[in-house]
Amino acid sequence: MTTDGPADAGTDPDQDSPAPAATVDSRGRRCPLPIIDLARAFGSVVPGGTITLWADDPAAGPDVAAWCRLRGQELVAARALPAGGEEFVIRRLA
Amino acid sequence: MSAYLDHASTTPLHPAAREALGVALQDGWADPARLYREGRRARMLLDAARETVAGVLGARPDEISFAASGTAAATLALLGTASARRRAGDLIMVSAVEHSSVLHAAQHHEQAGGRLVEVGVDRFGRVDPAAFAPVPGTAVASLQHANHEVGTVQPVAEVAERLRAAGVPLHTDAAVTVGRVPVDLGALGADLLTASAHKFGGPAGVGILAVRTGTRWRSPGPADEREGGRVAGYPDVPSIVAAAAALAARTAELAAEGPRLAGYVRDLRRRLPELVDGVELLGDPDRAPTVPHITAFSCLYVEGEALLTELDRAGIAVSSGSSCTSDTLTPSHVLVAMGALTQGNLRVSFGRDSTRADLDALLDVLPGAVRAVRARLGADGL
Repeated sequence: MTTDGPADAGTDPDQDSPAPAATVDSRGRRCPLPIIDLARAFGSVVPGGTITLWADDPAAGPDVAAWCRLRGQELVAARALPAGGEEFVIRRLA
Repeated sequence: MSAYLDHASTTPLHPAAREALGVALQDGWADPARLYREGRRARMLLDAARETVAGVLGARPDEISFAASGTAAATLALLGTASARRRAGDLIMVSAVEHSSVLHAAQHHEQAGGRLVEVGVDRFGRVDPAAFAPVPGTAVASLQHANHEVGTVQPVAEVAERLRAAGVPLHTDAAVTVGRVPVDLGALGADLLTASAHKFGGPAGVGILAVRTGTRWRSPGPADEREGGRVAGYPDVPSIVAAAAALAARTAELAAEGPRLAGYVRDLRRRLPELVDGVELLGDPDRAPTVPHITAFSCLYVEGEALLTELDRAGIAVSSGSSCTSDTLTPSHVLVAMGALTQGNLRVSFGRDSTRADLDALLDVLPGAVRAVRARLGADGL
């Protein structure tokens, strides 16, 4: 896992919502590690802020959605990455 | 204390089956197709077994055939009906949460040039009867009686009625329910039903194939005169006799056993969230009917295989649909179709010998096992 810190945040002046606090790259890591990476990095996300997770484990899709449901957070977007795997954007609601 | 809680995978031989097997090995060893005394005796035993199974399922004896496994029976049911109805269409419709035996048969059909449609389920794993509507060109549809991973019962009778109106035959895979809950083919309204003896206390190697009279069916492979022309090859008469004895004995046990096992499931589901943080209970007996003996749940930040190993070390046998427990490293298609959490997944299934002590043994060990696995992944306290 590599985490790009909040230094990346707020580089897009056109963005209304708070920019992603970080991108967590869990590609190549097997279930349940991507969800653990997400949960660990989520601690630094402020309410209303988002975090981006990259994962290519086949279980990541259902498990990110389930994590959001269980932890009361919002899955904002899920899309395929050009180089393989998926990108998930998760917003902290509380 | 140890506990075997994987009775949905297979369950020990029923005492009635053990006894019948001994007798049938002695008296039913000959070829039931031969006309001499030894053959006639084997034939008599085989016919009696067929009558017993037909009686329990509410079918006619000539509607029942015995195959070598539940998988073989499901393959014959699906592909035999598709083959006979080739002129009606080339499409097989199945739910997205069918057992792999049904999905594999349907995929085989697709690889041979046919079409396949999978119908999705809700978060309980249940199909919507209105969504399970045949499109033009549907040769046969298949909907399980109950799901093997979460225990949810499907609305088979309602689906059968809609399909009948459209002239499409329905196969139901009843491997989860036959010998576990009362199953009546007439009430279900399915045209074909399959089941597996080892799931209800019969021996391994016996599948049940029921084809209702009037259902168009043609052997999808080479055929002979055995089992009404539906299952080729020499039948295992002693095992079939034992399977029928198990099913008959089970029928008498269900009324008392069902509520007892449902009580274990209820207690397990009530206590789990108190004992383990980050648990998602799957299915819901209060909102979608389930069989009494199966329940499932998933735990956040847990590797299914590591949890199975941890539980096995403590003598607890359960199964998991998590990706790390499959050869292909993909999570269970049932859990994915339900949109459920797939990591740290466990299926707990009870049987006739299960006791409250088995449940207590699981609940004693599980919280520590989950903690240990999470700690190893550095996920404690998340």
